[in-house]
Amino acid sequence: MTTAQQIADAVRAGERSASEVLEEHLAVIDEREGDVHAFNLVMRDEARAAAVAVDAGDRTGALAGVPVALKDNLCTRGIPTTCSSRILEGWRPPYDATVVARLAAAGAVFVGKTNLDEFAMGSSTENSAFGPTRNPHDLDRVPGGSSGGSAAAVAAGFAPLALGSDTGGSIRQPAALCGVVGLKPTYGLVSRYGLVAFASSLDQIGPFAATVADAALLLEVIAGHDPLDSTSLDRPLPPLVSGLGDGVEGLRVGVLTELVHAEGIAPDVRRRVEAAAEALADAGAKVDEASVPAASFGLSAYYLIAPAEASSNLARYDGVRYGLRVDAENTAEMNAATRTAGFGPEVKRRIMLGTYALSAGYYDAYYGKAQQVRTLIIRDFAAAYDSFDVLLCPTSPTTAFRLGDKTADPMSMYLNDVCTIPSNLAGDPAISVPFGAGDDGLPVGVQLLGPALSEATLLRTAAVLEGALQ
Amino acid sequence: MAARITTDDVAHVARLARLELTDEELVLYTEQLAGILAHADDVASLDTAGVPATAHPLPLQNVLRDDVVRPSIDRDEVLAAAPAVEDRRFRVPAILGEAP
Amino acid sequence: MSLDDWQLVVGLEVHAELATNTKIFCGCANSFGDEPNTNVCPVCLGLPGSLPVLNRSAVEFAARLGMALECTVQPSVFHRKNYFYPDMPKDYQVSQYDLPINADGTLELPDGSVVGIERAHLEEDTGKTTHMGGGGRIHDAAYSLVDYNRAGVPLVEIVSRPDIRTPEQAQAYATELRAILAATGVSDAKMEEGSMRVDANVSMHKPGEPYGTRCEIKNLNSVRSLGRAIRYEMERQVQLLESGERIVQETRHWDEDAGRTRPGRSKEQAEDYRYFQEPDLVPVAPDDEWLASIRAAMPMLPAARRTRLAAQTGGDVDVALVVERGLDDLVLEAIAAGGDPGRLLVHASNNLSAGAGELSARPFAELSKLEATGALTATQAKTVLAELVTAGGDPAAIAATRGFEAMGDDALAAAVDAAIAADPEAWEKFKAGDRKVTGFFVGLVMKTTKGKADGKAVTALLDARAQS
Ligand SMILES: [Mg+2]
Ligand SMILES: [Zn+2]
Repeated sequence: MTTAQQIADAVRAGERSASEVLEEHLAVIDEREGDVHAFNLVMRDEARAAAVAVDAGDRTGALAGVPVALKDNLCTRGIPTTCSSRILEGWRPPYDATVVARLAAAGAVFVGKTNLDEFAMGSSTENSAFGPTRNPHDLDRVPGGSSGGSAAAVAAGFAPLALGSDTGGSIRQPAALCGVVGLKPTYGLVSRYGLVAFASSLDQIGPFAATVADAALLLEVIAGHDPLDSTSLDRPLPPLVSGLGDGVEGLRVGVLTELVHAEGIAPDVRRRVEAAAEALADAGAKVDEASVPAASFGLSAYYLIAPAEASSNLARYDGVRYGLRVDAENTAEMNAATRTAGFGPEVKRRIMLGTYALSAGYYDAYYGKAQQVRTLIIRDFAAAYDSFDVLLCPTSPTTAFRLGDKTADPMSMYLNDVCTIPSNLAGDPAISVPFGAGDDGLPVGVQLLGPALSEATLLRTAAVLEGALQ
Repeated sequence: MAARITTDDVAHVARLARLELTDEELVLYTEQLAGILAHADDVASLDTAGVPATAHPLPLQNVLRDDVVRPSIDRDEVLAAAPAVEDRRFRVPAILGEAP
Repeated sequence: MSLDDWQLVVGLEVHAELATNTKIFCGCANSFGDEPNTNVCPVCLGLPGSLPVLNRSAVEFAARLGMALECTVQPSVFHRKNYFYPDMPKDYQVSQYDLPINADGTLELPDGSVVGIERAHLEEDTGKTTHMGGGGRIHDAAYSLVDYNRAGVPLVEIVSRPDIRTPEQAQAYATELRAILAATGVSDAKMEEGSMRVDANVSMHKPGEPYGTRCEIKNLNSVRSLGRAIRYEMERQVQLLESGERIVQETRHWDEDAGRTRPGRSKEQAEDYRYFQEPDLVPVAPDDEWLASIRAAMPMLPAARRTRLAAQTGGDVDVALVVERGLDDLVLEAIAAGGDPGRLLVHASNNLSAGAGELSARPFAELSKLEATGALTATQAKTVLAELVTAGGDPAAIAATRGFEAMGDDALAAAVDAAIAADPEAWEKFKAGDRKVTGFFVGLVMKTTKGKADGKAVTALLDARAQS
């Protein structure tokens, strides 16, 4: 497999043309997309035009000629952006998300918009109005979610890079299940402008790649202050790619007890985490047990906070200005008919859950309480980072499960995110890096967590694990 | 621990959220939401007296924009996305009640 | 029914559009009367993925108003107020809830009474809906059309405490608040254009008993309507209460043509707005330096202008009008240039409108001196003033061109006698005490003297002739 860095170098050196690179990837898509269904839209024509522009020297930059897949909740000017929902079917945004503009400015070639759980709500990419994505390692299994299309696209070789969004694990969990690298940056590091909101205080855009170095490369391009996002951090980003080979000598790594032993962690996954701890110790890290007690409450707090914000963020899909409308006698009925027809069951469930958590009489018991728990989680992580540079735990409790296995019981699906949610609540970065296989031979990802803006440390730690496998 | 969610509660939130539920859906969603909220009861029963709420992970403040006009987007493009348009405005069916 | 047994309680909620260049969360122009849906962008249309960024000027204007209202200007956060309405692009309004930028202020009215200000917070305006069919009214309309140009225009909502006790006081409050908004440049505060909108919470109770159930009166498009609507509502509520019925808490709409309020939305079932902190915005906490710079830019407020003008002119009622018209600086400059304070104040309140045109302080002062020394009559001065407003110039020169030399006593007496002789029948009536013919004689003298005569002097002469 060719990495993004190799493609970028070869195109820059004139050894390969962007068009040639693109056609190779389109050929892989032609071959396997019918089975995998990673994309809601393959942008053949636009991609070919972009590649031609690179080859003509009209588009340059760090990613000139590199195919990139975009999660279909990122706004692309004039290109349908659906969030895998009927309610936005056919909508063409009149503007580009900031990350899309940055990638375009870096010369990237967009190959398509990837499938997701509707409005990023889910952990299997089965909640898509346009059908599920399948795991390239085993087509009977889910790719994880909600950025399952992006993870599958990279795993299947449709593109070396993809963007996803992560609200409770939606980059890291599918990365783990598809055997690729996925990183959720520090909240505020990457602009959310143009990312269709699920839960605003938790959402972050981040990279998928086959290698740690490629993930670092992509993050360097998309990170940085954006005046269009009030929650964007206005701080310089430490270089990511250049320090990747620095190793972990002396690094303090804590194995995060509460999450290693959380509800539903499969023994084979736990063994891979233990193996990762050993690998880091072998590389010179000081490994010990760490505790973040409040992390145990992360899942419960998350399933109050995220739906609450979502219930408000998704109110705007009312049939008035864009997207689906189902006609009715009056506007209130039209709103309801539209939303009833346009949203799938998981989205409705979360909207109702969030509406309930915010409603008069329940706010204090649910939403207010969850916000206090969020404070406790932040405090406990901060305390752990007094003693540790990096925390280690599973990404997903299990390897990829079968399609349909968890669709009947929402809670069983939610439990997939038990290890990934705490970082979203804390606003801290986390990365999932493939580390071998489970008993079923499917990929296992291990997760590294760090304090705000520790992406460089996480990436170089992940690079050690990546190297240890080879 | 909060009282168990009822079908009346779910019907109420569905109304607030402008969603229509069939009788079967009402029962199913009530069960499912009760299951999720039961899991959240560990949070609801936690003693958090004196703990401040975190609404946002970033301690930012005073993020402001200069009061300078930027070009608006093309009206035709905006209206083209709308389900119904008349006389350069967005058309909606009758509105029954005034704004609160 | 007797209103005397009942006490009125009014609290006012005023929404004023801030006079910023752009909307509160995006760079679209804040401009009234443009082509529909031209001042729109992803942010103010609430398009998926768009995010708000707060306008610095909106914060500064709100803080300036807060200072003018003696509020505590404090760190504040934005909340979302969730409800569905087609003129609201996101189906939530970004507003301030438990931490408004301004809290606990006062507004002192010209009569010396003080109305408490609970808060004055920032929020975004909605779009504008036009109802089609059924006479353009929401309830009978076949369908509606929405223009989002106004969506996202910054508003400050000023909530008074229920301290108002008479319709006149409510009108004085709205007038004074409008004057402050205009004087501070925070808003052009035009009720006719909707850039200032007043809602009144009205209730009646018997003195010594708890406050009654209130109704919120909307659709008040002028200060006059505000007074009329409150008076109507007082009668309506007292009638109900005295016949043993209860007041239903509801929104009512003022119908200007019919002169009555009509029931709107019942507030019995309180809306559940599910307020929560807006996660796409961060708190605003103006530091001391920022607040000091806002305070330093604060212009003189109407109350202070009134006090200043009254002190220099000895005027009373006229002073408020002159300040409202923005003519107090001109009058004060003219006084400083040696003008006659009393005459200047009379002209500013009676003979000038909001704009003084080409009139400047020095000629204004000269004019008042000519009048005070008797060189010009009041009528002549008024004519000269009109010319100074349209074209400017030197009052004495204008008077000379028009032949306005002062009229001698003998000439005036001769003119009066000529007028009496011209209509003996009318003169008999005058002598018999019919004062209605006074105007006839004064007019006649004015005509024959080409306006040089002083009306008051003519009346005095007529009286003297009738006595003799
Ligand atoms: Mg308001
Ligand atoms: Zn705008």
